[in-house]
Order: sequence, then structure tokens, then C-alpha cells
Amino acid sequence: MNRYQQIKLAKQIGKWALIAVIMVYAIFPFYYAVITSLKPSSELFQVDFWLSSVDFGNYAQIFSQDSFIQAIGNSILVAISVVFIALLLGVTASYALGRVRFRGRTTVMLVVLGVSMFPQVAVLSGLFEVIRTLNLYNSPGGLILSYTIFTLPFTVWVLTTFMRQLPMELEEAAIMDGATPWVTITKVFLPLMWPAMATTGLLAFIAAWNEFLFALTFTLTDSQRTVPVAIALISGGSQHELPWGPIMAASVTVTVPLVILVMIFQRRIVSGLTAGAVKG
Amino acid sequence: MANVNLSKINKVFGSTHIIKDLDLEVGDGEFVVFVGPSGCGKSTLLRLIAGLESITDGDMHFADDLVNDLPPRERGVGMVFQSYALYPHMTVYENMAFGLKLAKTDKQSIEQRVMETARILQLEELLQRKPKELSGGQRQRVAMGRAMAREPRILLFDEPLSNLDASLRVQMRNEIARLHHRLGSTMIYVTHDQVEAMTLADKIVVLRDGRIEQVGSPQTLYQQPATKFVAGFIGSPTMNFMPAELLGGDGNGCRVSTPGLGELALPQDASGKSPGAELSLGVRPEHLRLAEAEGENAFEIVNVEYLGNEVYVYLEPKAGDTLLIHRSEAPSRWHLGQRVALVPDIEQVHLFDATDKALAVNGAKAAA
Repeated sequence: MNRYQQIKLAKQIGKWALIAVIMVYAIFPFYYAVITSLKPSSELFQVDFWLSSVDFGNYAQIFSQDSFIQAIGNSILVAISVVFIALLLGVTASYALGRVRFRGRTTVMLVVLGVSMFPQVAVLSGLFEVIRTLNLYNSPGGLILSYTIFTLPFTVWVLTTFMRQLPMELEEAAIMDGATPWVTITKVFLPLMWPAMATTGLLAFIAAWNEFLFALTFTLTDSQRTVPVAIALISGGSQHELPWGPIMAASVTVTVPLVILVMIFQRRIVSGLTAGAVKG
Repeated sequence: MANVNLSKINKVFGSTHIIKDLDLEVGDGEFVVFVGPSGCGKSTLLRLIAGLESITDGDMHFADDLVNDLPPRERGVGMVFQSYALYPHMTVYENMAFGLKLAKTDKQSIEQRVMETARILQLEELLQRKPKELSGGQRQRVAMGRAMAREPRILLFDEPLSNLDASLRVQMRNEIARLHHRLGSTMIYVTHDQVEAMTLADKIVVLRDGRIEQVGSPQTLYQQPATKFVAGFIGSPTMNFMPAELLGGDGNGCRVSTPGLGELALPQDASGKSPGAELSLGVRPEHLRLAEAEGENAFEIVNVEYLGNEVYVYLEPKAGDTLLIHRSEAPSRWHLGQRVALVPDIEQVHLFDATDKALAVNGAKAAA
């Protein structure tokens, strides 16, 4: 083996070692959660890296609670509503910001960006008053409203950037064909914006699904809670016991849908649908 | 089908005045080409006609309708874009049917019209394909089909061939010309390529800085350019220009002196010009003859280009630094470094005054 080959081999080994480190770093916590969730509570505090036996007791326990199933339902309702509203408003806003020339367009974009930088805690008390005034306290509506506030700036920003990349002549061709702005958006732009919409929609979904602070503050009763709060409030037999098994089982349960969603949409995200639109 | 009448059209973007007091008449069924250097306003003018931009001032009529404030769909215009701008998620059929669907045409006539358009453009085989599965020339045809499907009164082309490679461009140029013969509809075409302009147009409009420099048939523009700009813009290789001094003349002809050519008697009308006036003499490369050098009126050959069917001979100019070009059929007996005399064809010489306007040729030749 000559020197050149040795260096090449060393580089290969180094590359794969680095990838392995990153994989372990990213995946191990989730892996350990899965393992823990499948152990009976008697074995919980033994450190094992492989499962010797599978025990679904923890899963049975959490799914026997109506409040947990209801929390999942609430989370789905809230997350899907947020995605739908954010995309609807985001697409229409991005058409205006990306395609219509008007005074103060840059200012609007900067304000949108600025809003997204506020920490949640800073607006918590103010938002609480708003939600109480609107009679949305302790209902999914309050969560949908507050999540949309934080999701929309990001959605608008990303979709506007994407909208600007769509060729101007495409819109002009639609205008020549007699399309109104609404028809242009729905019939011409929307089909081309699927990759961007999948990305932003997915991120909005994840944000709404995982959100904890607002969900804790704006809900009161078990029946209105979302999953992250429900998990945090799972309590053990006594004050001194944290029921790790059910907590891990619940965490795994709510993570799996996200993983599946990402897997479904990742191909959408990378596919270049605009191929063939313009020359080349 | 309709004629187009533009009168006193102005377009201002912010502080830039793009189109200035432009008047133009396009006849019914005419093929008109706008040409000019980049930034001359030709694309803007096309977009004004399309209705994609609004005119700042002036009147625009299609047939007898004032269309100043009509949106594109009510003007009855179809447009072919430079980048084709096909809808990438729709099939060829859907691309062509889109405008008809929006116009609430019933399904049967949509199909009929799309099939008819596809037949004219030989797109029948491709109707179910998506744009990305088509070649450049096919995409170009689909773009034309989409513009034609709604049977517009006027078809507009915005540099439609500039994305194609050279051989395909020649082929598509032919197809567009044949399409115009067959449809007989009014077409307005923008290009910066003078070959496209010369080959396609019934009427060429040369634009410069938002103004019309000259309007005329390709022959008129080539043989009787109204200004030095048109003379230099139309024709390839470009016309040779040399400084000339007016020695004297009247309505029937004049005599000028040009360094390197000596004294020439020309048929141009020089009345109103005083002897000693600075003129510019223009002569096309094919209207020059080379002869053995005699005396001091000689030019040095600095390059010879052999193109197979013809030969370009480049000569060192007496003034300025643009080489003079002589064109003749191959083979040529001239070679590098030779000193030769230039003999212009007197009937084909152009004279331009200090304001770059062409001097008129007296009656006999103008009629011929």
C-alpha cells in the first residue's frame, strides 16, 4: 500500500468515525427511551444497552388512561389546525410580499422577522390576557391562536423566499391566460410550492406538537391538555416516585408519528418540481 | 386578427423615461419585428402592447377598440415568452387548455381548439407529456400553442428563440415564418438578432433609446437606412464608415473627398449643405471592390477570413480604429500585408450628415 492509498484509507476511516459519533449523539437518547419504555418497572434502573425481554406494561398503562388518549386527540387537532391556518395565511401573504410591488414591503418583512425573535416568555402574560378576553382560555382555540402567532413569521419568510424564486414569466404567462391572482396562486404556484409547503408545514406541525409553555399556561383541565403537558404531569404512586417507564412509553408514542411524517415528506422536500419550467 | 395603432405612447418607470412619444401603425396580418440594442425599450413596448405594463401616456388601439386600460385577457393577445414559462406541473394539453378553461369555454370546444392547435404545430404526439420531458424546440412549440389556443387577435413573441442552439434556431425561425403564412394573424416579434428581424419581418421597427429610429421593410432598411445607426445596426458584417468632406453639390448630386478614396461624385442631394461640411460616408462590405494600389490611396490588408463561400478582407482604416471590411466570393487573390486601393460602388454609397441623418438620393435612384 503506498502513501497515497494510506492517506485515502485514513480519510475514509475518519469520515465514518465522525458519522458514527454524530449518529450516536443524535439517536442514542431516543434509543435509550425506547429501551426504557419496554422494561418492567422492576428493571428500570439497571443499565442495559440491549433488551433481554420486551414488556408492554408501560404502554398498556398509559393507554388505559382516557386523559392521555384525549391529550393525543387535542394535540392532533391543534397541530393540524395550526399547519392549515399557517399555510393558508403564509401562501397568500408570501404572494403579496414576494410578487406584489408596494411601498413598505421590506419593512413588513423585517417586522415579520422581528416578531419571530421574541422569546415566548416575553409575550406570555400579554397573550394570556388576550386569550382570556377572547374567551379561549382552556380550549384548543387558545393554543391554535398562540401557536399560529409564532409559526406564521417563519412560514411567511420561507414561502416568500421560495415564491420569489419562481420565474416571473410564469406568473405573466398566467396573466396572459386570463388568470386572477387567486387562480395564479392556487392553480400555478401551489402545485410548484409543494416542497416548500411540505417543509414549512412539517416544521409548523413539529413546533405545535412539541410546544410546552403555552400548553401548560393556557389549559387547566385534563380534557384540554396536549401531549407534552400530559406527559409532564404523569405522576407516580407517591410524591417521591417518578414513573419513568410510562413517561418513556408516552414519549415514544408521541415521537413516532413525527418520525413517520418526516420520512413521508422528505422525498417531497428534496424533489425539484420546478424542473422543466424554464429553459434547460 | 386586428391592426394595432399606437399614438404618442410614453412609459416612465420612476425617473427613467423608457418609451418616448412613440407612434406606430401595425397592419392587420402584418409580421412586425422590433429590433434594437439592449435597453432600447423594445421589450417594454411589447409588454405595453400585451398589457403586462400600463402605459404612462398616449393611446393604444386594437382594431377600433381603445385598450389602454384593458387587462391582458380582455385585449385578445397571446404571448410567447423567452423562457417559454410553461406550467411545469401540467401536461402539454393542460398547458394549452389552461387559458380556455379560465375563459369558461365548454369542454368540447376546448378539446377541439387544443387539438386543432396541436395539429398545426405538430404536437399531437406530445399532448400527454410534461414540459420537462420535452426538448427545447418542442417546448418552444408548446409555448406558441398555448399563446395561439385562445385564438388571440395579436400574437406577441418576446425573443422566443434566444434559448435555442444555433441550428434549432434556424429551424424554428422557419416554422414561425410558415406559421405566419398559414394563420395570417398579426404578429409582433421582439429580438436583438438582426438575422431574425430580416428573415421574418414584413416590417422592421428599429428602436433606439425609446424612440423609433426607422420603420420599413427589410429591403428598405438595408438599402436606404435613414440614419447612421440603422445603417450600422442592420447588415452583417457591419457597414464601413469613413469621414468625408463635402466639396460641393446641388440637388442632383455632390462631390466629396474621403481620405484614402480620393474624390467621389455621388448621387446624393446635397442642397442646403455648404462646401466643407463634415459628412460620414458609409458603404457595405459587398459594395467595395479591391484593386491593385496606385499612388498614395492605398490600404493595408491586416487580416483575411476565409468562410468557404466568401472571404472577408480587413483593412487598416485611415481614421478611427474600426477596421474596414471587404466581402467577396471565395476564392480571393488578396493576402495579408498587401496594399490595395478601395473602389466603392458609387450607386451603393450612403452619406450621413453631422446629425447622422442620411442624405437623400435624387429621384432617379430612389425610385429604382
